[in-house]
Amino acid sequence: MDRKKYEDRKKRYFDTLSGCGCQDIEYTTVSGEEVKELYTPDDIEGFDYNEELGFPGQYPYTRGVYPNMYRGRFWTQRQFAGFGTPKDTNGRYHYLLDHGQMGLSVDFDMPTIMGYDSDHKRSEGEVGRCGVAIDSLKDMELLFDGIDPGAITTSMTINAPASIMLAFYLCAGEKKGTAFEKMGGTIQNDILKEYIAQKSWIFPPEESIRIITDILAFCTDHVPRWNTISISGYHIREAGSTAIQELAFTLADGFAYVEAGIAAGLDVDKFAPRLSFFFNAHLDFFEEIVKYRVARRIWAKRMRQQYGAKDPKSLLLRFHTQTAGCSLTAQQPENNIVRTAFQGMSAVLGGTQSLHTNSMDEVLALPSEKAVRIALRTQQLIAYETGVINTIDPLAGSYFIEAKTTEMEEAAEEYFHKIDELGGVVKAIDRGFFQREIQKSAYEYQKAVEAGRKVIVGVNRFRLENEEIDIPLLRIDEEVEREQKKAVQDVREARDNDKVSRELERLRAAAEGTENLMPVIIDCARCYCTEGEITDTLKGVFGEYIEPLFI
Amino acid sequence: MARKVRVLIAKPGLDGHDRGAKVVANALKDAGMEIIYTGLHQTPEMIAESAVQEDVDIVGLSILSGAHMTMFPRIMELMKEKGAEHILIFGGGIIPAEDMDKLEEIGVARIFGPGTDTGDIVTFIRERFPEE
Amino acid sequence: MAERPGIERLLELFAEGKVAAAARLITILENGGEDAERVLDSVFHKTGDAYRIGFTGPPGAGKSSLLNRLTGRFREKDHRIGIIAVDPTSPFTGGAFLGDRIRMQAHSEDPEVFVRSLASRGSLGGISNCTDEVIDLMDAFGKDMVLIETVGVGQSELEIAEKAHTVVVVLVPESGDGIQAMKAGLMEIGDVFVMNKADHEDAESAAREIQDTLRLKDIPAGEWEPRVILTSAREDTGIGELVEAIEEHRRYLEAGGHFAGIRRKILRSRVRNALMDRMERRLRQSAGVRDLLEQRMESVYKGEISPYKVVRELEELVSIQ
Repeated sequence: MDRKKYEDRKKRYFDTLSGCGCQDIEYTTVSGEEVKELYTPDDIEGFDYNEELGFPGQYPYTRGVYPNMYRGRFWTQRQFAGFGTPKDTNGRYHYLLDHGQMGLSVDFDMPTIMGYDSDHKRSEGEVGRCGVAIDSLKDMELLFDGIDPGAITTSMTINAPASIMLAFYLCAGEKKGTAFEKMGGTIQNDILKEYIAQKSWIFPPEESIRIITDILAFCTDHVPRWNTISISGYHIREAGSTAIQELAFTLADGFAYVEAGIAAGLDVDKFAPRLSFFFNAHLDFFEEIVKYRVARRIWAKRMRQQYGAKDPKSLLLRFHTQTAGCSLTAQQPENNIVRTAFQGMSAVLGGTQSLHTNSMDEVLALPSEKAVRIALRTQQLIAYETGVINTIDPLAGSYFIEAKTTEMEEAAEEYFHKIDELGGVVKAIDRGFFQREIQKSAYEYQKAVEAGRKVIVGVNRFRLENEEIDIPLLRIDEEVEREQKKAVQDVREARDNDKVSRELERLRAAAEGTENLMPVIIDCARCYCTEGEITDTLKGVFGEYIEPLFI
Repeated sequence: MARKVRVLIAKPGLDGHDRGAKVVANALKDAGMEIIYTGLHQTPEMIAESAVQEDVDIVGLSILSGAHMTMFPRIMELMKEKGAEHILIFGGGIIPAEDMDKLEEIGVARIFGPGTDTGDIVTFIRERFPEE
Repeated sequence: MAERPGIERLLELFAEGKVAAAARLITILENGGEDAERVLDSVFHKTGDAYRIGFTGPPGAGKSSLLNRLTGRFREKDHRIGIIAVDPTSPFTGGAFLGDRIRMQAHSEDPEVFVRSLASRGSLGGISNCTDEVIDLMDAFGKDMVLIETVGVGQSELEIAEKAHTVVVVLVPESGDGIQAMKAGLMEIGDVFVMNKADHEDAESAAREIQDTLRLKDIPAGEWEPRVILTSAREDTGIGELVEAIEEHRRYLEAGGHFAGIRRKILRSRVRNALMDRMERRLRQSAGVRDLLEQRMESVYKGEISPYKVVRELEELVSIQ
């Protein structure tokens, strides 16, 4: 390049620019990061292609984890679903599979997520409301009725009781004649982000991490196709974090799990290949793409340099993406279809391995069939009509994208440093570091919206007066709770209760000792112990986590 | 000493999504109110007892799990039993419009849906409880 | 909105043991003024029985969690508990965030545990100006043990010593609390020192440090020697020892006849404070004082008379016999 010509033109450009007008708009990302009007070769001076990008499928994997990416296969279109009784949700699964969905994703109701049976007093009013109610192996059998667990993969959004739901799933598959090693899927099983953001915890951190390392060890030996932890930034973002916080806190959680596995005596290359990630796709198109690219780069570097991983599979940051629920508006909900489409596209340009696109009505209730279909079609549109899949990592080399990628990497490193100073993730949780950072960002964002510095179409600009919501909503019948209560009580009557007591006693003893809990929980599942019984037994030994207050 | 508005903010039920509750708590605090925050996973009994002991003027409940039609009526019933039916209740969360209407019919002062400006909540409370 | 009962009716309901009425009366006390005095006049003869324990120490030391655990133990001994938890009022907005109940959930359905969160409001820090009155009300309501948790910052923390029979200073091993405590004068007021978060690696050495400092105080024989207890509110350890130390201090006060003395001290300080408040208010409200001030300040500005001269003139004006 002719350097002199470049400098001349640049000077001329900026001279002209300063004479041009500029709208009174805050030019920042949705996370509040400054963005310049133009990025030039100056912004990526010293940029080293080999070090910072490499080729797809090559270290440090910035351009993607596979050499062929979507030419090999599309991302998995996986819509999260669950409501009512297992039978209700089973019907939705068949509907989605019939419409071309490629994998299943289970959304559990709050009692299941918190370890209560449907007939527990605290479950009142919540059974089957925001997900499907699963109380025992029996319910899991009904949930996957007519579905072959050897032929599809299933993702389960479950954390504190992940070991129990995994046990139910494996046993349900086993009863159909599918061996453990033939079953593939994911459990979220990311308890750290629960303390940090989503707050669906049961046991204290140390005990929770013991259960997680038990799962890691068990799956490595017996369920090798299972993704044992889906390290999640999604909820951190939904709780109000910025993109950088989502990235940094999630990766820090990932490092903490790796360290816990190594401390438990596991070989990093044995369990790391089964770790996966789960990110949010928020509104700021480029910021999100940058986030995915930089996540891959940081993970690969750390895994190799700090944790001594040798298997290339241990270095790959594979991730699922869900579009941002918190970006949807109750006002003019049809606009959410458009928001979701942009977000879904950013995830694809960022190289996601699977994607859930939100339905337009999720801010109002659980999604209706029509809304779900449109959301799924959105993904199919991105895949088949827009052409963005034709080439791999099309934005690489953009001055803007590469400059921002480096900038975000540095910002994340700063957070890692702070977390280290606080004594690691668990200590930082203890001190409320993450919780405070997220709350602060959430409140700042709210204030920016209310001051009109951030525009939300249909909410603080372009509103409709006296708007009538004109989309059908899914209602959960009151009957669901009664039905599900009766179902769990029937299970308790029909099973061998002596055996149940013996297995629960075995579980108590195992929890008090150091034996791997997974085989014992599986035995509990086999004789139809309920989720609540298993959780209560563990609570008796491990205690419960109490909410800390940070404001 | 002038009278202060006292507000109880709580999350009944099992869902842990407290972003909304905390943003509202912060905004009301910044508007000069005293916020009693009881946190997550509250039973109706806990909420009613706290509201009574703290003698709050108004209780704000945030529910995103769909359990609103169970929680709100139960809490109102308990407050009445405790002789505190004068305490106003408002709410927010993922609550369909027809349920909002039903809840307002049984005496919930207001349900604020997603996208609410916190200034509207401040105004709503100030109108009912002007500081002397 | 239902009509609220008047003060007379509230006092009747209060006498019947209605929590809602007691809670309402506390609000009236907090808001101050004539109504507050009326309430206090009516209930004061029922006070004097409750044992008052103050908890102070830096924010984040785990005071609320500790109170939660202690309340459990005291309930086992059939004590009826009143808890006053004070949090700071923002000097900028006047708002306050009162979050101590979160830590006291274990007792939220126990009718014999009455928790009240107070904002510090006009007070400079530590405790709310109406803390004494609220303690009285809980006392008159039949609570035989009142636990007071202070904000944990500022000089006015020390005021707790004028309100409690036993003062418990709660510290944590992190961040050099011991040194802070010495600087802030907490070492002088504590009857029991708690090193919370005993599972922390530095807990024992931090406790020893406190112990060593106390030893330097040269306490005369027969007088109370402050105890140092290691606890973990989270792990529920050391709580029994803390209960024992508090009870021991109580026995010491009772045996030595200090009990009545403390009550007198508390009441004297209250009368003094109330009198000062009242005098200040009256001075501010007096038109004569205001007029004289306005008239004479010009001369002070010009350097014709000294500020003390004005004060002497004012004194003559308001002359107190």
